[in-house]
Amino acid sequence: MDIHEYQAKELLHKFGVAIQPGFMASSADQAVYVATQLGGWHWAVKAQIHAGGRGKAGGVKLCKTYNEVRRAAEEMLNKRLVTVQTGPEGKPVQRIYVEVADPFETELYLGFVLDRKAERVRVIASKHGGMEIEEIVASDPNAITQILVEPAVGLQAFQAREIAFELGLNIKQVARAVATILGAYRAFRDCDATMLEINPLVVTKDDRVIALDAKMSFDDNALFRRPLVSAMFDPAQSDPREAQAAEHNLNYIGLEGEIGCIVNGAGLAMATMDMIKHAGGQPANFLDVGGGASPERVATAFRLVLSDPNVKSVLVNIFAGINRCDWVAEGVVKACKETNINVPLIVRLAGTNVEAGRKIIAESGIAIISADTLTEAAEKAVAACGNVHKLTTTH
Amino acid sequence: MSILIDEKTPIIVQGITGEKGTFHAKEMIECGSKVVGGVTPGKGGTTHLGLPVFNTVKDAVRATGAEASITFVAPAFAADAIMEAADAGIRLVCSITDGIPAQDMMRVKRYLMRYPKERRTMLVGPNCAGIISPGKSMLGIMPSNIYMRGNVGIISRSGTLGYEAASQMKALGIGITTSVGIGGDPINGSSFADHLVLFEQDPETVAVLMIGEIGGAQEAEAAEWIQKNMTKPVVGFVAGLTAPKGRRMGHAGAIISAVGDSAAEKTEIMRSFGLTVAPSPGEFGTTMASVLEAAKPQRMSA
Repeated sequence: MDIHEYQAKELLHKFGVAIQPGFMASSADQAVYVATQLGGWHWAVKAQIHAGGRGKAGGVKLCKTYNEVRRAAEEMLNKRLVTVQTGPEGKPVQRIYVEVADPFETELYLGFVLDRKAERVRVIASKHGGMEIEEIVASDPNAITQILVEPAVGLQAFQAREIAFELGLNIKQVARAVATILGAYRAFRDCDATMLEINPLVVTKDDRVIALDAKMSFDDNALFRRPLVSAMFDPAQSDPREAQAAEHNLNYIGLEGEIGCIVNGAGLAMATMDMIKHAGGQPANFLDVGGGASPERVATAFRLVLSDPNVKSVLVNIFAGINRCDWVAEGVVKACKETNINVPLIVRLAGTNVEAGRKIIAESGIAIISADTLTEAAEKAVAACGNVHKLTTTH
Repeated sequence: MSILIDEKTPIIVQGITGEKGTFHAKEMIECGSKVVGGVTPGKGGTTHLGLPVFNTVKDAVRATGAEASITFVAPAFAADAIMEAADAGIRLVCSITDGIPAQDMMRVKRYLMRYPKERRTMLVGPNCAGIISPGKSMLGIMPSNIYMRGNVGIISRSGTLGYEAASQMKALGIGITTSVGIGGDPINGSSFADHLVLFEQDPETVAVLMIGEIGGAQEAEAAEWIQKNMTKPVVGFVAGLTAPKGRRMGHAGAIISAVGDSAAEKTEIMRSFGLTVAPSPGEFGTTMASVLEAAKPQRMSA
């Protein structure tokens, strides 16, 4: 789960990381009011979306008057912002962040990531802040300091000091940077983050160390014990179909192809998509109905997949372990009767109670194309999709 | 022979009195597994499915001599259950639980390292289908009827894709020594390489199928290990060729977030280290059949 910049900053602030004074606003009036309340001479107005690259896309504006704040807010709010990270459809801007803009001397990079290979939290720092870490790696790989955190004891002060001195800071700045690094680590650990990036971390003329931008992602598996984090979820930032799927505990990811997929198991779902591509088609989605797929869940999955207007055929591939094929078959039949399916439907069942499942499908009287193997199912789904093409072009 | 478990391995079920624990304990017993008891804190001294229930894993080990355990424990308590088993001296722990926080797994892995190598616990999973040595024992949740005894080993991150492979091979008359599901989480208890070592040593296993997916460097590390150390042929596959970057494909660990995470890259690495790669997930069986065919004359002359 991702959160907005302003949320990440508020969170980090609670752990002792210094930030600029600022507030969130969701209208131009609010933005101007926030600016007046903050005081100061210059303000940064920043579009709040779950993606980077905002600066170059016009999502960050430096304003010198209240009027400029108003104009920047009006330009950003209730539009979709397209950056290099959002994809062509962009992300909706419903909230902006207004913060006091002060001059600073240097821009640094500070990142924390859960390194799956090392099975440790990795701290990454560089004296070249303000650009993507990938760019830093490419341009000056020697200017990157990395430290692995021993999980039994956590990040130690000496490690934070080593990083701070590596960054070329003076002793006054080092003390503040150490507080920032240790605070950010505690935020990462205590909130079950998987990624935390402060970029840039800036140093001011008067030796303050401030998080000017912050990005945080959290472990979905740990949200059950992080109610404050899960309360920060912003459904507007995710695909509406994916949000709907999540409500039903289904794993759905929309793609650009034409063959809708309903599969049990993440690995088999990925393999089914691969098989479709191998057979010459393109999958419209990833969808894992999970282990205990009841008829209701399967019916929900159908509605979800069919709500994608690009879908020209639907492939159901169930290898039942804990699942039972007869259950899944009941769900398929139920969904067919409830939702008006006007595209070819291909069903492949295997595993527990497969015979009973196939019988239910056969006796349902619904036009379902059956397949015995994964290969056959994918080929039939691609072929059916092609037939739809022919139909639509001849009409 | 088989790896990890056989009909003599004494097994306890952690969370045996729960709905899932009960269901799968029954399935395991039917499959031939030597289940000797279960653990549910607070229910020690009772019996369930005709088996003794204990309050702690230590009690269970003392009373039954259990060597392996399977945990059906909710995500919030799963890490604790694994560490309890390790501390009680259980040699092999299989964690089925999907949804364990990654930082918990980080601590679990660190905790397992506390013990000297000769008594260190092997953890399989979490978020996996478990282990089956067909005809002997099952420490997992798979539909046992799709497996046939034979001489090919399977290691798979995904449960259902492991089923798919086993059934494709069975249709061609190819059986299994042991199938291991290592799980779909970003931090696994044991890796492909951990189990490849065992299959290499197992006299009955003649070839191995390893099924990976997007995310992480495990497949690449295993491929490198195979080229250096493995004498038996390995067929590989990486699922997720069509997966978009930066999106979690169901499994917590199935996400392309770094260089080398994608299916195309990992497939290429497998090829470069001499593995035979199945061209599609519909060809696990046929690819393995041709690899076994090619290996035959060599085995006869040896």
